[in-house]
Amino acid sequence: MTKKPPQPEGAYADFMARAYAMELEAVERYAQFADQLEGHNNREVAELFRKLSEVEALHAKRILGAMGWPSLPALPVAYAWDTVEAPETAPFDSLHYLMQPYHALQIALQCEVRALRYFEDIADGKAPRAVREAAAEMAGEEREHVKLIRDWMKKVPKPPADWDRDPDPPRTSE
Amino acid sequence: MNAPLQAAPLTAKEFKSATKPVWCPGCGDYSVLAAITKALAALGLRPENVAVVSGIGCSSRIPAYTSCYGFHGVHGRSLAAATGLKVARPELTVLVASGDGDGYSIGGNHFLHACRRNVDLTYIVMDNHVYGMTKGQPSPTTEPDWSSKLSPGGTGLREFHPLVIALASGANFIARAFSGDPNGTAALIEQAVRHPGFSFVEVLSPCVTFRPEQRAWKERARAAPVGPTDDPARAARRLMTDDGFNIGVLFEGKRPPYGVATAHAKTAPAALAASFELGEDRA
Repeated sequence: MTKKPPQPEGAYADFMARAYAMELEAVERYAQFADQLEGHNNREVAELFRKLSEVEALHAKRILGAMGWPSLPALPVAYAWDTVEAPETAPFDSLHYLMQPYHALQIALQCEVRALRYFEDIADGKAPRAVREAAAEMAGEEREHVKLIRDWMKKVPKPPADWDRDPDPPRTSE
Repeated sequence: MNAPLQAAPLTAKEFKSATKPVWCPGCGDYSVLAAITKALAALGLRPENVAVVSGIGCSSRIPAYTSCYGFHGVHGRSLAAATGLKVARPELTVLVASGDGDGYSIGGNHFLHACRRNVDLTYIVMDNHVYGMTKGQPSPTTEPDWSSKLSPGGTGLREFHPLVIALASGANFIARAFSGDPNGTAALIEQAVRHPGFSFVEVLSPCVTFRPEQRAWKERARAAPVGPTDDPARAARRLMTDDGFNIGVLFEGKRPPYGVATAHAKTAPAALAASFELGEDRA
């Protein structure tokens, strides 16, 4: 992302703060997913979620750098999204204890596609020009991420149909 | 004189402890934990001024996952412990975490009387219609026809209706949340804490292990079509006729909470204790 010159407060700064908050939520959710899968000894997927969290953290850091914010800006209220959560945040119920890396990438792909649409909508909307330009730039980045994840998915094995079959399921109680 | 230092508001993350939750991946309780910590941050509270009290069950593990004071009590007795704490330390914000088994079965009687007493507590019940920790037995809110290996053909028993019971028993604030919307749940918990008296927030929190079909709750949960009322009769009619998936604040009462100001203690605790001491001649 190219560094912007100092901007007046207002729509542009609000937009960037919101984009930053969006990245932070994704960082946190992927880290939580990594913790959950680690707790269930699914280390391969845990590691993948940890990596995704780190990637999102880099994006967040780049936004801070681009804005020249020395510290955290006054973020919009965490639950101020039009949607249930920020567009790039995976729902809590996405996980399964037997899930495989391919599933984790499917989740990440859905998140990136949602983020892409979010930025595209703003870029094509009626926001001030500076906001639309920044949104178009971010949409370009998200498009790149979508492609990266699709390529990544080609490199991991596709799970078999019975991937969630557990020979010792937790629901036996007899 | 220097101006007093004002502590910076904390983030939701700072209300989480270093202990990692051990719920099943995908469990709704992760979302409720996130909602509680977000609400506490939004309220501008500090962990040392908040106590989270619980009983037994998956949901009752929550105190360990927060950086607040915690009390993981005995099964079904979270409200009793929390009531004692709030009356003794009214300056604390006291949250109570429970589940449908702990709160409505084993702790059912405490639930009624906590509503009746109207002590300023926030009671958050994570309802998944099953005993998850003990491997899937039907709970008071389980549908009568839910068939499982432990209840073939279903129990045939009518479900408990916690919101109606809460209203009839005197709860001062009644809301229903859905864990699939952690931010909406946070907003409801925040409102519940702000509302004086006994606030009850029932959170639909799917058990993805023993009730995987509950993942479909996200298609059913929707915002309640009408706003909250302070009229118990109107609230009763709404609660009796809803399908259990209306999300939002459903009742906001105006009863003054029980507290030091309304409890007419005539004797100080120390004097009362002294009156029970045995003198040497009576020992």
